[in-house]
Amino acid sequence: MGHRILIVEDSPTMRQLLVFALRRLKEVEIVEAQDGMDGLRKVSSDHFDLALIDINMPVMDGLKLISLIRGDESLKEIPIVVITTEGANEDRRRAIELGANEYLCKPIQANQVRTVVKGLLKAQ
Amino acid sequence: MSEHDKLSTRAEDFLALFNKGAEFTRELLKENERLRSRLAAVTDRQESAARNPRDWDKLRHELMTRIASLEEECTTVRERLDQVELENSQFAQRYVEVEEENNNLANLYVSSYQLHSTLDMAEVLRIITEIVINLIGAEVFAVYLLGDGEKPELQPVISEGMDLSAFPRAKLGVGVLGKAVASNETTCWDTQRSDDLSQPIVCVPLVVQNRPIGAIAVYGLLAQKDGFSALDHELFNMLGGHAATAIFAAKLYSQSERKLNTIQGFIDLLTK
Repeated sequence: MGHRILIVEDSPTMRQLLVFALRRLKEVEIVEAQDGMDGLRKVSSDHFDLALIDINMPVMDGLKLISLIRGDESLKEIPIVVITTEGANEDRRRAIELGANEYLCKPIQANQVRTVVKGLLKAQ
Repeated sequence: MSEHDKLSTRAEDFLALFNKGAEFTRELLKENERLRSRLAAVTDRQESAARNPRDWDKLRHELMTRIASLEEECTTVRERLDQVELENSQFAQRYVEVEEENNNLANLYVSSYQLHSTLDMAEVLRIITEIVINLIGAEVFAVYLLGDGEKPELQPVISEGMDLSAFPRAKLGVGVLGKAVASNETTCWDTQRSDDLSQPIVCVPLVVQNRPIGAIAVYGLLAQKDGFSALDHELFNMLGGHAATAIFAAKLYSQSERKLNTIQGFIDLLTK
């Protein structure tokens, strides 16, 4: 059975790049969301095996989305990978404290994303 | 099925199993016999060779030849193994290179695809900003456009990391930025960050048909970024050409839209 991955990212360029990177994984279905609110709507209405979330987004930021996902009984087990420009240790610590499983800083390498995603999907 | 039938079926199954066992035992005995006779033949030959020096020498020679042949074979196999290991490591290295190349091409493809996906100037500038932040990893930068007139000036139109008004205008061919843009070549200065906004760390002239129409000037990189990679230079080259044509196309489109509206208004006025 294939895995469903949600990409929550406001930049269409980054979304397209992440889709390119993840399409190389076998049996993966990718759904895109353009901000935190859109992401919350999609993650609440469908099943996902993993979410890639940007931090700086309009409408609802990534940290808020992570805390809402972790606070929801039915969603809290979804592995979350943060992909952000915020490289400071403080930002990383905050995201991990809120429940992110991995924290990747932009600019990212496609194989780096694939390795992290594969690892988390395998661990499920 | 009655109790008798069940018993009969079980008995038949057992008999079949027993027959199979018996056949297997017969085969084992036969094999045992064959091995015994082979062992006896070898033992006889060795004993006879031990009694007769000529036979012993012959056997010894045969064995030595066999050992030499096996050693030669072993050397060949070892050499082949070394060769395969070398090829394997070369393939692994090549795979890493191809992966990197693939990643670079994906970045370039996505960037140029996005740049040419719109004819709206604000949207084009937003996409340039996205590429410079997310793919190159710049924290402080500005996009400049060259104005018209006899002494054209580079004017910042969008910025990131600092307020737009903080970025100075520059005359083409004058000052660090003006000279870098006039050269039509991407210029990199060997620093990570510049607090002096007249001295960028990278200047990418935006060029259409060998004429500069603007520039992207980077003043600082994200904390996690410690220099420019080969991909960054490819992206600078791509932006120099593709961002320029995207801006040029958006400009032409908005001008033609304006003209079309004026003509339409004029026609409406005449026909009403």
